[in-house]
Amino acid sequence: MKHLFLSLGIIGAVSLTACGKSEAPAPAPSPATSEAPAAAPAALPELRVAIDPTYEPFTFKTADGQPTGFDVDIAEAICTEIKHKCVYVEQVWDSMIPGLQAKKYDVIVSSMSITDERKQVVDFSDKYYNTPSRIVVKADTPFTDLSSLKGKKIGVLKGSTQEKYAMGELRPAGVNVVPYEAQDQVYLDIRSGRLDGTVADSVEVTGGFLSKPEGDGYGFVGPVLSDVKYYGYGVGVAMRKGEDQLREQINGAIKAIRANGVYETVSKKYFDFDVYGE
Amino acid sequence: MRWEVIALPQTLALYAEGLATTAWLLLSALAVGGILAVLMALALTSTVAPLRWVVGAFTYVIRGTPLLIQVYLIYYGVAQLEWIQARWDTVWPWTHFKDAFFCALLAFSLNTAGYTAELLAGSIRETAAGEIEAAHAMGMSRWQAMRRIVMPSAMRRTLPAYSNEVVMMLHSTSLASTVPGMLDITAAASRIYSDYYLPFEAYLFAAAIYLVITFMLVGVFRLAERRFMGHLAPRVH
Amino acid sequence: MTGYHASILQGALVTVGVSLAALVFAIFLGLLGAAAKLSGRRWLVGLATVYTTLIRGIPELVLMLLIFYGGTIGLNHLLEWAGSRRHVDINPFAAGVLTIGFIYGAYMTETFRGAILAIPRGQAEAAWAFGMGRLQTFLRITLPQMVRYALPGFTNNWLVLIKATALISLIGLQEMTYLAKQASAATREPFTFFLFAAALFLAYTSVSLWALRWLDRRYSLGVRRGHA
Repeated sequence: MKHLFLSLGIIGAVSLTACGKSEAPAPAPSPATSEAPAAAPAALPELRVAIDPTYEPFTFKTADGQPTGFDVDIAEAICTEIKHKCVYVEQVWDSMIPGLQAKKYDVIVSSMSITDERKQVVDFSDKYYNTPSRIVVKADTPFTDLSSLKGKKIGVLKGSTQEKYAMGELRPAGVNVVPYEAQDQVYLDIRSGRLDGTVADSVEVTGGFLSKPEGDGYGFVGPVLSDVKYYGYGVGVAMRKGEDQLREQINGAIKAIRANGVYETVSKKYFDFDVYGE
Repeated sequence: MRWEVIALPQTLALYAEGLATTAWLLLSALAVGGILAVLMALALTSTVAPLRWVVGAFTYVIRGTPLLIQVYLIYYGVAQLEWIQARWDTVWPWTHFKDAFFCALLAFSLNTAGYTAELLAGSIRETAAGEIEAAHAMGMSRWQAMRRIVMPSAMRRTLPAYSNEVVMMLHSTSLASTVPGMLDITAAASRIYSDYYLPFEAYLFAAAIYLVITFMLVGVFRLAERRFMGHLAPRVH
Repeated sequence: MTGYHASILQGALVTVGVSLAALVFAIFLGLLGAAAKLSGRRWLVGLATVYTTLIRGIPELVLMLLIFYGGTIGLNHLLEWAGSRRHVDINPFAAGVLTIGFIYGAYMTETFRGAILAIPRGQAEAAWAFGMGRLQTFLRITLPQMVRYALPGFTNNWLVLIKATALISLIGLQEMTYLAKQASAATREPFTFFLFAAALFLAYTSVSLWALRWLDRRYSLGVRRGHA
């Protein structure tokens, strides 16, 4: 028994160390210092990009499981500019930043707003778009101020800027705020009647809900929401603190794609207005 | 490790709320599930074949599919059905399906009923033949024998296996965190994790709470076993 | 629509993979644990008891979240502290296999321990009298008989393990449940897709039950059964 024990233990220990996946350190930012010459296309260093593919039309998946959307296309454009290969990692929204800190991926390109609160734990690139949020309920709901929504059930995405707003402004006004794991699950429950509405990015809710059959009869109420305290300064690419080289590269890439028309092409694919904002 | 975050009053209040939801969900699910289980166990051991088949099929499906999918089916799936949607604003009992707690309770109750029914049915089948013969010899009808001899005996003999089932149910309540709007212990821990980025502290604290409740439950069942199954314990001279 | 169904079927393959990998790990831990509990040495018995008690006292979901979120950060801190520039990423598949294997190792420990204890001691003694060594005795006498006693508990543990793999969807592994959830939210048809996933799970558990029942009959040849 003792020998069996010992041999099993040794086999186990060896196999566990063997299968601990260790990956190369975060891809060396500038091509000059990377091991693989940037010229050889097969050896492009990888950039792991986190996405939450439940956010049509910014980040979602086609029926056969391919990530697509404005965020994904911008990420591809940035990767082409900085000569990296984008590898997409799906992540639930409220564990986006913890996952980044746990080094499960290198950047987040998933409509993450640049807020002061988030800047304390991660770094952001310059913004690549900026759209306001709105409250969405049945279009014929009378609205004078926030207390008109008293008693209504409003769904929000857990960990989002809209959730902070809802908890900070709507809940004290008597609204029943319910946090959800994913924005498309909010739409599922609005459709079935469990929720009266949501607070969401105006473009996202148009593309993901209002333009679909179940969005019939729903519309924006209330003011345009862009209070910096909750919503920040636009959407940027998030990365771990201290990755200055990577940040400069990505900022350079964003400037480049705005200058050379790639941004416009991508933007026109999804929107017929200027999504960059001011 | 930043344990001071856990010690904050609002954090502790969040966990307390989670604990209250968990406890309430557990007790309600066990109560409803328990009653259903007795009825289903009777069906499983009855002489009416279609009854056996229908209930047997139900327990087969419950025991063959994950609880998580059962929860999703009841919360999201039922909501999709046009027939339910048309009625759930006005017609009772369908109004309850709008409520997250009801959906979670229903899923957990059906699940525990399925497992417990099989446990109980097994114990009923294993009742000593001599006891049943004696009951019939004394003139009891099948139903009387069931009510006065077989069922009480079967319930006692199921206690050890049932204690496992209750602990499993406690652990299963952590799945309530996947239902939007339910704040159980695990959901509270997840909230602390996503607010403060402290996975270890948040989940370790939750694990400790569950461990304590488990020990309490096991202790209660040991006492119950001694009281109700004392006649089956090995003799100590 | 069929695109989504196809992806769920692919997820089914992932489910099978995770469950089998976790089973191997669980059997390994179960044998180790049972050996520890039966060894008679206080510290080994204590360690194994702490293991089984902790596992049976903490929900699988919480353990999974601890290992997945906490474990990666912890491991990376450890590596940084040790001066290494590498970083380890516990992907959801590995985290799932580790957690589930770890949890069901505890349940297997109890199953195997009970099974080994059920074998009459005289068998082992007779083997020693014949001059067989400890390892030989274990492999040729104890293990084959243990299988028969362990099968009911093993079957039960295996079935519960299969269903527990659905929980790994909550840490992002793209298995059946995860893909069904995404498909259902994107198409607004949860009933369809969750029912499909449920049916696939039922198929998997049914096949397992049938296979294990066959194994049970094969290992029980020659044994007189009481009234079942």
